[in-house]
Amino acid sequence: MPSKDHNHQDERVPDGLDELVAEARGGDRTAFDELVRRTYVDTYTLAVRLTGNEEDARDVVQEAYLRAWKGIRRFRGDSAFPTWMYRITANASYTLVDRRRRRRTTHLDDVDEPIDRRLDAQPDTLAESSAGLEHLSAALDELPPTLRTLVILKDVYGLPHEAIADELGISVAAAKVRLHRGRKRLRELLDASENPSQGSRGRSARAV
Amino acid sequence: MRCDDVALLLPEAVDGDTPVALPVQRHVESCLRCQAELARYRRMLRGLQLLRTQYLEPVPGVLSQTLAAIGEASEQRAIRSLLSGRRMAYVGAVGGALAAATATTAAAVLLARAKRRAALATH
Repeated sequence: MPSKDHNHQDERVPDGLDELVAEARGGDRTAFDELVRRTYVDTYTLAVRLTGNEEDARDVVQEAYLRAWKGIRRFRGDSAFPTWMYRITANASYTLVDRRRRRRTTHLDDVDEPIDRRLDAQPDTLAESSAGLEHLSAALDELPPTLRTLVILKDVYGLPHEAIADELGISVAAAKVRLHRGRKRLRELLDASENPSQGSRGRSARAV
Repeated sequence: MRCDDVALLLPEAVDGDTPVALPVQRHVESCLRCQAELARYRRMLRGLQLLRTQYLEPVPGVLSQTLAAIGEASEQRAIRSLLSGRRMAYVGAVGGALAAATATTAAAVLLARAKRRAALATH
């Protein structure tokens, strides 16, 4: 995911989209195009995080905005427009990743060289430093897609379990189980990369 | 309660969404290892929340391709709408003509009957 080197925090999701949404709901294409211009960086970022690569993310962004344009009249404004886009993007990404997974056969040539992501940062400050965020992001990429999707949608983007379950076509209970597994696996990946010599922590001997 | 049992519950309990059973809570309060484990989960969660504030530079062409796709979809929708409108107008026109023809025939039949009755009455 090469774009990780080009993180930029200055392009925040703009406020005041309500007027544009209202105009777009009335069929104003120009207003909808403006909505796309103002939110596509955010949507693209989510798409890259969910799919794990830029090419798929490009397709997901296109598909998500097409769905949004077709469904904008049904958008009741119960949530903010970007949040609505997160849900659509999650659904579009899930559809694409699932389709790819069914088709794809992995060739040895396609497997990336392993990258040494170890950092010198102390574990206590790791998560909050920019290097720590990069590290965390890299660990997220290593999660299986089904677990990664849940962790990203819930812990990064703050979507409720019900919304996530709805968009992924799974039960709320299943969403919670996947999130639980995802967090646990992510912790293990972070631990393993922070302390490569120790491997997984041996908690089995601990008891109180 | 064992640390292993608590460790299984921490990933779920870390965000505060899920209520934690009192025995688990008491164990964590008195166990430094589990407190440290919970702290690590919380740090991870804070890091994940911070990722939300980071944006990735889109690859070139994402915006233009997306806008072009929406433009194309809009045109197709407009054409479908136009065709659908024409179809409705055609169906309406045919329906109207049929209704008018039926009404005319019925009126002619009624008129003929009325004339016949009037002729019979005069004879």
